[in-house]
Amino acid sequence: MEAVPSSSGVPRPGYACRNISTSSALQSRTHVSCDIKGDVAVVRFNTPNSKVNTLSKQLSAEFTDVMNEIWANEAVRSAVLISSKPGSFIAGADLNMLEACKTAQEVTQLSQDGQKMLEKIENSPKPVVAAISGSCLGGGLEVAIACHYRVATKDRKTVLGTPEVLLGLLPGAGGTQRLPKMVGLPAAFDMMLTGRNIRADRAKKMGLVDQLVEPLGPGLKTPEARTIEYLEEVAIGFARGLANKTVSAKRSRGLMQRLTDYAMALPFVRQQVYKTVESKVQKQTKGLYPAPLKIIEVVKTGLDQGNDAGYLTEAQSFGQLAVTKESKALMGLYRGQVHCKKNKFGTPQKEVKTLAVLGAGLMGAGIAQVSVDKGIKTLLKDTAQKGLDRGQQQVYKGLNSKVKKKSMTSFERDSILSNLMGQLDYKGFEKADMVIEAVFEDINVKHKVLKEVEAVIPAHCIFASNTSALPISQIAAASKRPEKDGPGFYTTRCLGPMLSEVVRVLQEGIDPKKVDAISTAFGFPVGAATLIDEVGVDVATHVAEDLGKAFGERFGGGSIDLFKLMVQKGFLGRKAGKGFYVYQEGVKNRSVNSGMDEILEKFRVPANPDVCSDEDIQMRLVTRFVNEAAMCLQEGILSSPVEGDIGAVFGLGFPPCLGGPFRFADSYGARQLVDKLRKYEAVYGSQFTPCQLLLDHASSPSKKFHQ
Amino acid sequence: MSSMLSSALRNLPVSSAWAAGALARSLSCSSQFQAAVQPKTKKTLGKTGVKNVVVVEGVRIPFLQSGTTYADLMPHDLARAALQGLLTRTSVPRDVVDYIVYGTVIQEVKTSNVAREAALGAGFSDKTPAHTVTMACISSNQAMTTGVGMIAAGQCDVVVAGGVELMSDVPIRHSRKMRKTMLTLNRAKTLGQKLSLISKIRPDYFAPELPAVAEFSTSETMGHSADRLAAAFGVSRQEQDEYALRSHTLAKKAQDEGLLQDVVPFKVPGKDTVTKDNGIRPSSMEQMGKLKPAFVKPYGTVTAANSSFLTDGASAILIMSEEKALAMGYKPKAYLRDFVYVSQDPKDQLLLGPTYATPKVLERAGLSLSDIDVFEFHEAFAGQILANLKAMDSDWFAQNYMGRKSKVGAPSLDKFNTWGGSLSLGHPFGATGCRLVITAAHRLKKEGGQYGLVAACAAGGQGHAMIVELYPQ
Repeated sequence: MEAVPSSSGVPRPGYACRNISTSSALQSRTHVSCDIKGDVAVVRFNTPNSKVNTLSKQLSAEFTDVMNEIWANEAVRSAVLISSKPGSFIAGADLNMLEACKTAQEVTQLSQDGQKMLEKIENSPKPVVAAISGSCLGGGLEVAIACHYRVATKDRKTVLGTPEVLLGLLPGAGGTQRLPKMVGLPAAFDMMLTGRNIRADRAKKMGLVDQLVEPLGPGLKTPEARTIEYLEEVAIGFARGLANKTVSAKRSRGLMQRLTDYAMALPFVRQQVYKTVESKVQKQTKGLYPAPLKIIEVVKTGLDQGNDAGYLTEAQSFGQLAVTKESKALMGLYRGQVHCKKNKFGTPQKEVKTLAVLGAGLMGAGIAQVSVDKGIKTLLKDTAQKGLDRGQQQVYKGLNSKVKKKSMTSFERDSILSNLMGQLDYKGFEKADMVIEAVFEDINVKHKVLKEVEAVIPAHCIFASNTSALPISQIAAASKRPEKDGPGFYTTRCLGPMLSEVVRVLQEGIDPKKVDAISTAFGFPVGAATLIDEVGVDVATHVAEDLGKAFGERFGGGSIDLFKLMVQKGFLGRKAGKGFYVYQEGVKNRSVNSGMDEILEKFRVPANPDVCSDEDIQMRLVTRFVNEAAMCLQEGILSSPVEGDIGAVFGLGFPPCLGGPFRFADSYGARQLVDKLRKYEAVYGSQFTPCQLLLDHASSPSKKFHQ
Repeated sequence: MSSMLSSALRNLPVSSAWAAGALARSLSCSSQFQAAVQPKTKKTLGKTGVKNVVVVEGVRIPFLQSGTTYADLMPHDLARAALQGLLTRTSVPRDVVDYIVYGTVIQEVKTSNVAREAALGAGFSDKTPAHTVTMACISSNQAMTTGVGMIAAGQCDVVVAGGVELMSDVPIRHSRKMRKTMLTLNRAKTLGQKLSLISKIRPDYFAPELPAVAEFSTSETMGHSADRLAAAFGVSRQEQDEYALRSHTLAKKAQDEGLLQDVVPFKVPGKDTVTKDNGIRPSSMEQMGKLKPAFVKPYGTVTAANSSFLTDGASAILIMSEEKALAMGYKPKAYLRDFVYVSQDPKDQLLLGPTYATPKVLERAGLSLSDIDVFEFHEAFAGQILANLKAMDSDWFAQNYMGRKSKVGAPSLDKFNTWGGSLSLGHPFGATGCRLVITAAHRLKKEGGQYGLVAACAAGGQGHAMIVELYPQ
């Protein structure tokens, strides 16, 4: 179901009408075409003006037409389904189509239409082979598994999966019923509940595809063009073979698989599996996401009560899920991601060929890894050999983990690493097109490196800072060319007030475990106290101080002296082994750091029972977050609510089921938000004063961040 | 299954009459072979200021399928036999030889400088230095051009180059874990330490490590790459089988007519004297069509019958500066002229070396494809040869991948490997290059040509080409 609305594709004139029709009846088709090659019909999907194919109403209708013609044509004995786009078989259903539906019944109807069509394919007397190259996701995968045989290109673009759950949905075209039969119950649950993408070679091992085709290199055409042609040739061969019965669609299953299948056929084993999976889902979702539980229920219905019941429940649940606010939030995030991936700045004036990173810490090495990965020559500079070694090892480890997961060969790793230069001096900086500093968050250190760097870099070189709390203008004050100032830092600003509030809650006597439990119950993937440990107490202190200086009282709340005392005691968080919790290698259930008792006691403040219920605590954290996010939008730090939502969810772990601070403001209601803020303002003061933008939204209910 | 698939791929226009046509033509030429035709008068390729390097003679022991008569020998035994054959054939005084270079691919660890071990055993002077080079299937080409360089630079006058491969025996190692334990064991001092090390050995330590058959950088076997290459250029199974059949048929004919004069007999200890290559087996299209794909299963096109087979063999060639050869009273066979090495993407263009090397070497020599009378290309796979021919004949490929304005053109099959090739004669990796050069020289003389072009692909995505010019008769 993952799909990009067709409007997001890049229009390419002249690419839209390449359908070669074999009969005049097909002339009017724009999404699906059909070639007859001997006794094999080749059906091609090609959504016009889009990089990917989506199962839209139009495409489905044309596909049904074409298949009916194939079934009626006596000269045709088998069929191959393939895409004209090398990077996409079918990327999923058309989200616009789903969102246009007003009611659950409408969505259920769509699901039932899809089910019927795919059932006809499954029961087709003429074998149908899916030739898969590129993304085969959601509805696309459901089409593929309804076919009798699957041939897939073994390249990185070819991924199979059921990402519906990530959009708060479930596979709604028979997928919940076919997948368990095809790959076994445990693997099917894993696919449907995680929504993860499966590469072609793994799909072959799982029995999800029957044959792989290796991508070809250059020949008399481009590799891409020839590879998809070859895929078609191979698929035609298998289609003929299936029709002639020289090829069997039956897969030889390994012993383990047969044992699993046998076990899963036993009702009590199945019940056990349902129970385990259900409790795992409950634990991970805290009941905040309805889709995973529905998926389990639908699969269960199909296996226990038969196909008809299974299909019916699937269609009904699909309809119900599509209208939930969780699904709308997740779809919004998905669209936002697509939106944010687009480069709104246009092509850079000068391509960055050489990048220098200052500081080989966690951030610096991380930047180096993602840069060197893109083939950019990267200079990683630190001041000490030990720190540099650690950073280089981090990059190696990052790449090597891909080797272990087989998404990269050891040779590719080595050849990528050959572009990384670890160094302690400024050698080669004269060729740098960009320098990113990721040194310690201390203005003096930043000023020092800025001066050193400006002495060696060429005039065109861009100096960028990975600052999290120090204002860029302040850093730039030491620059020879300080005019190059940029926008502020949204994520730190949202996080700051919330963390400050966490500290106040802790001071009010709520213990860290409780704080974590309350925040995860609201949907935060990481508990608020744990988050501070992860960020690092020293870093949090710096951030809090710097933001406090820049923005004043609004960033207050909890006592910064509490942090300072923690730093003094060496409770720096996870990296030091101690923070709010004690971290030990290999120990999973970490315990609360008893050394904190004394500190928390020292900074203890009285709690006002009016604003200290679990819900109030959640809302105190969240309203400060949302208020600051709105302020960033108001000040133009953010260019749109979409960016704010994406940054908050993917950068800070704002609950995905709420879709981000702005979508949350819409769904919770700006009026209600402001009421809460006022309530807390009365107790704590100006830290909770709602910003003007929120007030505006609150006073006119029709105003929404997301239309 | 495979027939069904090959029929699906059979939509390519290349004529299936290739093999037959070439066969008929070479038959009709055979009468001319009786008397060596005088070469056409073209300019010679000598360059002022560069010494002329000549081939005096080249020999090889019969190339045998691995696991047959040479199975119990060691690589240096084969190389020794080739060197002795060269000494016998040329009667060159052993102390005249300034240097010996040998090429090999899979090294026997006991004789890692196989050139030296073989030379000592073949009765060369122990004062003649020798070294071994490796460059996959163009190792003996590298040995020859190393010699050419030494002579051209004035360092040597007489060099023996050659190559050897013994695929009947390859080094199979203990696993890395086991090796580590064994090496640590060497250093263990007390019995306690030794016992504690031994106690750590687990069953999986005994799993042997075979020499890699796959390209190191890509983990892909060469046969698999060849199959993909054939598919990329749309070479069908039938075309490949036809080409392989052609190779075997032509090799058989050359063998029967006694044209393979470079073969020297080898008396194998404890066995009979070997006088002939044993891998030449002209079959039929029907027989070949029955084979299943060997690499891309079940629908690929490269099979055991249209690939070169694992071979044991060795070759040796005597090269000199022209003055030295003439001063010693030799009648050289050919000049070794311009040569190039090329390399390209080891993944998708692993076996396209000849395509890249051919236009480059022609340019260096100031020749065009039509000037060449004799082509001797290394046949790794029928599909590889046919893909190279298509690539050489494609403007699109030349422009998009080779940075050239236009194609170099495909050699005419009338002039191409007409005495068989690696597919039929066999392919001892390290030894094939010398066979190509000496065969080109012999064919030039027999067919009355002046220029021969030798080309080969090699693992690692490398390639080589060289111009061989017939020595004036």
